[in-house]
Amino acid sequence: MKDVVKLSRKWTSILRSRVWFLLPSVIGVFVFALIPFADMLIRSFSNGAGNYQTVFENGAFHLAMMNTLRFAGVGIPILLICSFLAAFGIYKSKWMRFLKSIYLLPMAVPTAALVLIWKAFFHEAGLLNQLLTAFGIKEIDWLGSGAAFWVLVISYIWKNLGYTVALWIAGMMSVPESYTEAARVDGATERQCLFYIVMPQLRPVFYTITMLSFLNSFKVFREAYLVAGSYPQKSMYLLQHLFNNWFTNLEIDKMAAAGVLLAVFFAGCSIALEKLWQWEEGDGE
Amino acid sequence: MKMKIFRGILFVIGIAICLPVIASALGALKSKRELSDSLAAVIGASGGKISWHLLPFYPTARHLVKLLFYTPEFLSVFWNSVKIVACILFGQMFVAIPAAWAFAKFSFRGRGALYVTYVILMMMPFSVMMLPSYLALNGMKLMDTHFAVILPAVFSTFPVFLMYRSFCAVPKELYEAARIDGAGEWQIFLRIGVPLGSPGILSALVLGFLEYWNMVEQPLAFLSTPSKWPLSLYLPEINLQYAGMALAASVIMLIPAVFVFFMGQDYLEQGIISSGMKG
Repeated sequence: MKDVVKLSRKWTSILRSRVWFLLPSVIGVFVFALIPFADMLIRSFSNGAGNYQTVFENGAFHLAMMNTLRFAGVGIPILLICSFLAAFGIYKSKWMRFLKSIYLLPMAVPTAALVLIWKAFFHEAGLLNQLLTAFGIKEIDWLGSGAAFWVLVISYIWKNLGYTVALWIAGMMSVPESYTEAARVDGATERQCLFYIVMPQLRPVFYTITMLSFLNSFKVFREAYLVAGSYPQKSMYLLQHLFNNWFTNLEIDKMAAAGVLLAVFFAGCSIALEKLWQWEEGDGE
Repeated sequence: MKMKIFRGILFVIGIAICLPVIASALGALKSKRELSDSLAAVIGASGGKISWHLLPFYPTARHLVKLLFYTPEFLSVFWNSVKIVACILFGQMFVAIPAAWAFAKFSFRGRGALYVTYVILMMMPFSVMMLPSYLALNGMKLMDTHFAVILPAVFSTFPVFLMYRSFCAVPKELYEAARIDGAGEWQIFLRIGVPLGSPGILSALVLGFLEYWNMVEQPLAFLSTPSKWPLSLYLPEINLQYAGMALAASVIMLIPAVFVFFMGQDYLEQGIISSGMKG
């Protein structure tokens, strides 16, 4: 009898243990992410470094990589600048809530729901070209020429502007009012306040926004795929298109090698971000 | 003064941002004739320009009615979407809330390393996780079932990260006082943690809903049978000849997303902001 009590007590203490909080999540992460990731790592070396060499020499990989980097290199700076300016205009306005809402709306809009509108907008005889001709600019074949790249940039900015504005505004709000007030008393103009007081304080926010914008830039595949399909115009062929097409042909070795390369790259980026933050903290305080 | 002009410009841009959504919603009310006239150039029947009037000439709810009552195919696809999103969010709540609480309130060996692993996993785009997910799903014979889309998302580490942030804000004293009074770990979690951390939980739900309602990459890769597809894959397949149907379907897809957006805007913003703060 005593043993039974002891045993049941032991069981209740196990059931009450803190382990159960984390266990389901950890098991899931191992089963669906970490173990198969290790599997991918092993497969990537299935014939020595051969898979990596194949990937590096693969023309489609070059194209997709270059397009992805070019897209990030062009899209992110435009997004950062536009959103910063918009945030600066919005953050002390009495319309802040309303403006933030309408800028954020695209985030809620499923890509698929606007496919038809995008097609009508970017079509050769479409609305964008009509707008351009009204300003005397020649018509552009948006989806069938190198201009397709700009279709990506435009839809990326449309989708992410509000998100980035919200982040900038949060950063701007965290700059103590007393700093700018003091400067204004000393005769600083609105612009000087922005450049010399608000902006330096926003450096950590800037790193984060850059990183998040980079992560979100991969999601532009949705627009590209839904508007233009598996094999779009060359200039909008992104890494995710390549992975999908490899996947359809079950070219697992190439996928594994390219996947590992990409993972290393991203892990590197997040560690760099962490280091930047630490450095800011050591520097700033 | 300059600021006023600038804000005016921001207003105009804001309205321009909303235009595609408005155009889509009002377009669904246009008659078949009007749509085929204005989209003639896209459909390829004839040359000429696309013309798009924002307001329909003769508003009609015909497409919506036809889609909702006479297209069982559409309803089953809509149901697929609902099922997938509901299962993911439900699963995430069971898995991620306790995990986030554990990260925020317990100290244990390997906590730091595990947390870093979670954050790095959160950063990985689908391109990286596509093959690992496939290997796991294929091993469990789950390919081309809804579980293939649901399960990897349930164990996404992003909601853990988001909720961790709001659980960290629960005062330590409260937790310790409850322990001294003899409350068990689960009691503290359910009575103190969940209510006080609810903003973070709601943020994760709102962001999650918008993300998974718009899911494209995962179903595209893991669901090969079109009848199992969610709306996000089915919709672009509708032939432009049936533009009215396509627009009506768009509107039906938009409604829940826009509803959640307006109801949960504060939580959405909270979520965006805490996803951007350092961990």
